[in-house]
Amino acid sequence: MQKTPLNEIHKQLGAKMVPFAGFEMPVEYTGITNEHMAVRKAAGMFDVSHMGEFWVKGPGAFDFVQYITSNNVAGLPVGKAQYSCMPNKNGGIVDDLIVYHYEEEKYMLVVNAANIQKDWEWCNENNRAGAELENASNRISLIAVQGPVAVEIMQPLTSVDLASIPFYAFKVGDFAGIENVIISNTGYTGSGGFELYIYNEDAPKVWEALMNEGADKGMLPAGLGARDTLRLEAGLALYGNDLNDSTSPIEAGLGWITKFVDGNDFISRPILEKQKKEGVQKRLKGFVLEDRGIPRKDYEIVDRSGNIIGEVTSGTMSPMLKKGIGMGYLKKGFWEVDTEIFIRIRNRDLKARVVKTPFVNLK
Amino acid sequence: MNIPENLKFTKDHEWVKVEGNTAIVGITDFAQSELGDIVFVEIETEDEELEKEEVFGTIEAVKTVSDLYMPVSGKVVEVNEELESKPELVNKEPYDGGWMIKIEMNNPDQVSELLSASQYKELIS
Repeated sequence: MQKTPLNEIHKQLGAKMVPFAGFEMPVEYTGITNEHMAVRKAAGMFDVSHMGEFWVKGPGAFDFVQYITSNNVAGLPVGKAQYSCMPNKNGGIVDDLIVYHYEEEKYMLVVNAANIQKDWEWCNENNRAGAELENASNRISLIAVQGPVAVEIMQPLTSVDLASIPFYAFKVGDFAGIENVIISNTGYTGSGGFELYIYNEDAPKVWEALMNEGADKGMLPAGLGARDTLRLEAGLALYGNDLNDSTSPIEAGLGWITKFVDGNDFISRPILEKQKKEGVQKRLKGFVLEDRGIPRKDYEIVDRSGNIIGEVTSGTMSPMLKKGIGMGYLKKGFWEVDTEIFIRIRNRDLKARVVKTPFVNLK
Repeated sequence: MNIPENLKFTKDHEWVKVEGNTAIVGITDFAQSELGDIVFVEIETEDEELEKEEVFGTIEAVKTVSDLYMPVSGKVVEVNEELESKPELVNKEPYDGGWMIKIEMNNPDQVSELLSASQYKELIS
């Protein structure tokens, strides 16, 4: 079992630790709902150092990233980040990721912890551009501070003007006395905030400095449990649940990061372009339960007559709405907003309705 | 971990308070702490006769679902209605406000098969 550099700190804070993607990670400290609401109303801090980071460097860097990801890297200037996915050869998804254009001829790919080995092999097998690849996952830690007061907590610790960094942009600067920190306006909660990429040896210092700044501003350490409920309320897909090797980005509603433009010759483009043109048979959609109950992964979705029309890929009780919410793939004819569907929970079909995501208005 | 001496317990982490022929049932402090935030308690077996170890309901935490098992055989004569709007009582007061059902026992001898506080303590340590 791998440990992040903050493992001891989590235990001192009384976190409940669980195995996740080969790491021993905090699932909660003071309770998932409590941590969830702290992020929505004030701030929460997450150790997400289990995430993977690959560097892509050299003259072949641009061509490599353009080929291996579905989004258009040509439109990504230095200092910007981009949500994207790596399609496999059958139009499925190897992983979803964030691409950072760090400097000329240098990109950072941030991938899911559970997929680090698979992605690394995939990148090396498909490196026809001859880019220089480096797996820095074991050297880089990641701390996310999320929530409406995140900037207020973080600003005293850096000379970088955080307000000058737009959403999905980053700057490299000092933070809590550490140099060359990647300060990124990204996150996985829907509540805004920043993510900090630092070297492992600096992680405890940055964490403690943030804890000190955040203590009187309502910030709580938050675990993977809250991270999951927050991302789901925000309507963000999770690889392994909502996305996998056999779901396509078009089916998953990720057409917006699948760019069929000149010069973007990515893996499986012809398959996905055909899907976009001709339509797909199922789509990933959000739904809210109108009856009392909680949808969970793998529950069946049925129509009024009990015919199976899909399956749940993620579900929880929304702490903000206090209702069961979920995402799942729905058959053609059932995915329009407001369609009445039923979630089969313990042999009962509970009424739900297809909705637009995010589930909660976070503006 | 709070394990009241005056209660009986099951290996499924339910507690039982025996009052004459009635058994009051809930889940233990250990169980609620393992489950985390309880968000939904579903018990739809009121007035039903159930056997020992049959499922009388389910409890949903944010991350997981668990079945609730009859510690003894009998009729479910009362359900704690308050849990419908306040499932968090199971976390806050597992032995008081978080009680779940009252059973009219049809075989009170089964009480002797339940665990004592010290046996339960051993089970979870």
